Amino acid sequence: MPGRILTEPADIRALLDRVRVIAVVGVSTDWKRPSSYVMKYLQSRGYRTVPVNPRAAGQEIWGERVHASLADIPDRFDMVEIFRKSEDVRPIVDEAIRLAQEKSIRAVWMQTGVRHDEAAQKATAAGLDVVMDRCAKIEYGRHHSELAWGGFNTGVISAKRQRVRHA
Amino acid sequence: MSKSYGLETRAIHAGARPEPITGARQTPIFQNTSYVFEDVDHAASLFNLQTYGFIYSRLTNPTVAVLEERLANLEGGRGATCTASGHAAQQLALFPFMEPGAKVVASTRLYGGSITQFGKTFRKFGWEASFVDTTDMAAVRAAVTSDVRALFVESLANPGGVVSDLAALADIAHAAKALLIVDNTLATPVLCRPFDWGADLVVHSLTKFLSGSGASMGGVVIDSGRVDWHQSDKFKGLTAPDPAYQGISFAETFGDLAYTTHAHAVGLRDLGATMAPMNAFLTLLGLETLPLRMERHCANAAKVAAYLARHPNVAWVSYAGLSDSPYRAHAGKYLGGRGGAVFTFGLKGGFDAGVRLVESVALFSHLANIGDTRSLILHPASTTHRQLTDAQRTAAGAGPDVVRLSVGLETVEDLIADLDQALGKSGS
Ligand SMILES: Cc1ncc(COP(=O)(O)O)c(C=O)c1O
Repeated sequence: MPGRILTEPADIRALLDRVRVIAVVGVSTDWKRPSSYVMKYLQSRGYRTVPVNPRAAGQEIWGERVHASLADIPDRFDMVEIFRKSEDVRPIVDEAIRLAQEKSIRAVWMQTGVRHDEAAQKATAAGLDVVMDRCAKIEYGRHHSELAWGGFNTGVISAKRQRVRHA
Repeated sequence: MSKSYGLETRAIHAGARPEPITGARQTPIFQNTSYVFEDVDHAASLFNLQTYGFIYSRLTNPTVAVLEERLANLEGGRGATCTASGHAAQQLALFPFMEPGAKVVASTRLYGGSITQFGKTFRKFGWEASFVDTTDMAAVRAAVTSDVRALFVESLANPGGVVSDLAALADIAHAAKALLIVDNTLATPVLCRPFDWGADLVVHSLTKFLSGSGASMGGVVIDSGRVDWHQSDKFKGLTAPDPAYQGISFAETFGDLAYTTHAHAVGLRDLGATMAPMNAFLTLLGLETLPLRMERHCANAAKVAAYLARHPNVAWVSYAGLSDSPYRAHAGKYLGGRGGAVFTFGLKGGFDAGVRLVESVALFSHLANIGDTRSLILHPASTTHRQLTDAQRTAAGAGPDVVRLSVGLETVEDLIADLDQALGKSGS
């Protein structure tokens, strides 16, 4: 079954609800960089995040060992999140497509400012869902009211009571 | 979920989901100052702005946050920052990108208190404020030079009945890489949404129609989320590394959330003009009925203005909703054809007639405010503008004959009857 390019808030929420392990490609070893902020935040919200960065392979970021490539990650992961320039996206997506079966990958996520329509088409044809030009931290925050704590317009209108996650 | 809901629905629901722990349906008042950290690492993440959450109510508070999201939603903005008053919002709005020597251009057609704030107090910070008649586009073009950081106008001016040509003003500001900041207090998001016309920031005094019952002070700055802070070196406050936050650039780290994040994490942190949770709650209650109230405010004001325009003791009425108003076309374009509920008129009997009128009304309250459920009346020359010369008063639209009304929600026939008996006593 082909995947889809997700833009609807409800679809993005459903994806974030399904995913548990995220490979974070291009995450910086400098804790002050936005990529590092996002990785740490996703960890605090119960996701396992596995860093991929060839220049930092073997080091640790937020307690997780850094791998040189997606293929080097020994465990399964559900999603690939890309913190690289749009021009550099294609080979990463190709690798995700190649590993999709073996690692049980369901989606590719390109961070705010990152888009690659051709790579996205290829990924959906191979059965992966794709999110482009969005921040996982912001999208998670939007659906769990946390974004609103900072005074932001989440666009979420609902009279339903949310379930509280007990740690 | 991505369905776009109507204004009335959003005025009630935006920002306010049921409280998840208790199920409380009306927004609870979180009257606390501070919030317990989960552990040391959580505290560090909060102080470094790595995660969402609360530290101290000078910066953010759950009740105030509900109001912020609702206002951002109603204006179609990205985020909002509430403040203790409308004036505090105006200062906070400029703060991220102003510094000594930086220039801001403001309209001469502003609320008098704003003219004083820009012209006197902001100058003490070294912020160079100058004024221009924003109904004269050639003058605005000449005033907004490339070193100007922002142009500040009211969508519907207090009082005056002047409706700004927002699209034209946005074009002029953007050509100079300056921001257009719109005070939308009198129009409210029911009549006008300045972001639809190119505004970059919107401010409100929530003290007026938005809370609506003359019971609560408040202000807000709303960010469109559309400004490219890197477009010029005028916005270093948002692009340069901030040493207090481990050297991050807000624009780079937070993207379109940068302005509102900065307004809380730096602006409210250091200026401290935070909104009280109780006032946020009262304003949320007011907003629930805003669309309904504005409809009636405008309908009542139109009837009162039409009555005054026919009265033999009245020389002129400046109400954008009247068919002979010079701003009728702008009111059609920007205010959905409505004229708001605050306007001025002139008495043939001059200063003395003005004094007699405010002392003879029995239902209109003689006070210095606008945007209340109650109808309000003011004779600026004998009150707010008392210390000025006649020439200064006239330039400010507060000549000896001028009376300002803020038309409330009472039975409109009662309002007209009250003015009728009082105008009879005030003579011509
Ligand atoms: C148009 C306008 N803007 C700003 C303000 C200032 O608001 P506040 O009194 O809440 O500080 C007022 C108050 O009269 C106003 O009428």
